[in-house]
Amino acid sequence: MSTTVITADNLSKRYQRGMAATSGLLRDTLAMAFRAPHKLFRRDRKENFWALKDVSLEVPQGEVLGLIGRNGSGKTTLLKILSRITRPTAGWAEIRGRVGSLLEVGTGFHPELTGRENTYLSGAILGMGRQEISRKFDEIVAFAELEDFIDTPVKHYSSGMYVRLAFAVAAHLEPEILLVDEVLAVGDIRFQKKCLGKMGDVARAGRTVILVTHQLNQIRRLCNRVVWLDAGGLRRTGATAEVVSAYESAMSSADRSSEYGRLAEGSKARFLSWNVAGAEDSAAHTVDSVGEFTVTFKLQVWTPIRHGHHGIALYDSERRLVWASSSDELAFEPGIHELTYTFPFLPLCPKSYNWQLSLWDEAGNVDLWEAVPDLIVVSPNYQHPKDEWNGYLNLPSTLKIDASKG
Amino acid sequence: MASVTSNATVAAPLANRPAGYSTIRIEPPRGWFDLRLKELWDYRELLYFFVWRDVKIRYKQTAIGVLWVVLQPLLTMLVFTLFFGKLAKMPSQGLPYPVFYFAAVVPWMYFSTALLTATNVVVEHQRVITKVFFPRLILPFSSVLSGLVDFAIGFIVLLIFTISYGLRPTFATLLLPLFLLLAILTALGVGLWLSALNALYRDVRYLMPFIIQFWMLASPVAYPSSMVPERYRWIYGLNPMAGVIDGFRWALTGHGQPPGTVLIASTAMVCLTVVGGLLFFNRMEVSIADRV
Repeated sequence: MSTTVITADNLSKRYQRGMAATSGLLRDTLAMAFRAPHKLFRRDRKENFWALKDVSLEVPQGEVLGLIGRNGSGKTTLLKILSRITRPTAGWAEIRGRVGSLLEVGTGFHPELTGRENTYLSGAILGMGRQEISRKFDEIVAFAELEDFIDTPVKHYSSGMYVRLAFAVAAHLEPEILLVDEVLAVGDIRFQKKCLGKMGDVARAGRTVILVTHQLNQIRRLCNRVVWLDAGGLRRTGATAEVVSAYESAMSSADRSSEYGRLAEGSKARFLSWNVAGAEDSAAHTVDSVGEFTVTFKLQVWTPIRHGHHGIALYDSERRLVWASSSDELAFEPGIHELTYTFPFLPLCPKSYNWQLSLWDEAGNVDLWEAVPDLIVVSPNYQHPKDEWNGYLNLPSTLKIDASKG
Repeated sequence: MASVTSNATVAAPLANRPAGYSTIRIEPPRGWFDLRLKELWDYRELLYFFVWRDVKIRYKQTAIGVLWVVLQPLLTMLVFTLFFGKLAKMPSQGLPYPVFYFAAVVPWMYFSTALLTATNVVVEHQRVITKVFFPRLILPFSSVLSGLVDFAIGFIVLLIFTISYGLRPTFATLLLPLFLLLAILTALGVGLWLSALNALYRDVRYLMPFIIQFWMLASPVAYPSSMVPERYRWIYGLNPMAGVIDGFRWALTGHGQPPGTVLIASTAMVCLTVVGGLLFFNRMEVSIADRV
């Protein structure tokens, strides 16, 4: 009896590799014209790639649909097409109802404007009308717990206050269809829970939600159905528990998608899983502070390894290397081993990261594992409230000002 | 399967939605003439908020705020009066130099600021553009409209100024909104082209100071258009700002000739630029979120 509110038919999106990365200067285009004039007219096959390929989908009204998949599997591209930020290269989609998309926290905030002014501005950008914002204004401010600072310019806000206000505006959107990308991965845990609660309410009110997140426990808690995207295509669709566990096991053992992983199949050893030590199940891959933390990686060994070399690397979601280390002359007997790393502090920005683990012996690579799930950091952000002023390190700092003598 | 919940604050009735949002079809771009102007109308409140924000921010960041809006054209007028008037002894259609220049500087300043803002508007909004949908056309529209607040203040000063020189408004003054509209459309038309180009090639930004300077010299700001030989007048009129500035002087003071040939050429040119700009911007809009 439910009606379909989102229909997608063979949606595909092709990007030109490096298009977004060019400086956008005429000089570069001219330089390319000199170096390789043929390229201007003939699109090189290798320079195109499909971020999304032939994805068909139907979403009934009232469903909370989770989108999962590795970084670069097309989740965000699909969301961007459905929210009309970018157009598909082929295929079509039809959406019945008002769409609200939440791809970033604080979209359209301006530092010079007060909290009140930004509430109106951001609300309007997200698709609310002026009257609608006025009607909900008190509720938004109360939700953000910012009654006393609402007439202060947001440039004077702490990052926590900034995020709370941005969330509060977004949480009060009342679209019939809500598209959410990973935004709930930031902010302090208490407020995050409040937002999740609000989203749950939205879902119960008969609205349709598509949620992209790396936090599988959020997916489990909120979604009726899950779509698993892999390399731009649909890998599996179905009930939440079923798809999420298939995804987890696929990622952590059987057919790991990295090429090295396949080479290592049936070999001497392989990495099985990882978790944050001492954490309860629901937060086994989440870190909520910048303080000390410990991770454990499970390694299954079948054939003894004499002179092992083990490497570990941590990448951020844009695939930039954050940290790496290695150890030599390791010996492993057959059985399951736990490799435990302890970090005295972890000053990472609140977002998702990937571990990469490798094991080598004299003969070469034994296993190379792009660990799944991702590491999710949900610590408070101690940096500048604006994203463009956020560096690699999320370090708390104190400022002391002394008047100079004389 | 929409269940009724007790949480009334969250569950506003779904039936009360504006009809404009009913069904959206998402498809690959379909050629040049798919303008979706109705969508622009549906988003008019956002246009209002963009203009409102621009105006607020402009006055928040400066120490003397609104005073600048008056000082800028006044100082420019003084410089022109001194150098082009008193030193170079340009003809001024029988008008006192201060009035002759001020009547041109006010619309010119509106135009150059609006054009510059519009050119940068897409690049400056790249974060928003890649994170949320709205008709991108709103952006150049908002830059052109937000300059009108400055213009209104400048215009009031201009009006007081003209009257204090003993010049009385005539019937021609009623035509002023027409010339203002022409200036708005010129800034919009060219702004549409340049903002889309700027998103593709940042070179445009470096060209702007030159374009603005050249354009001012090609408009009768510092001299009367009567200095241009009659047989070249229509070519001169292809610059819409020639018609606008001549028109402003004439409508406000009654001096000089009503801009005839020049105005016809200007209007035709503006229409072409705006229509072309809309189509070009719309064509580029499709890839803007992928490019900026």
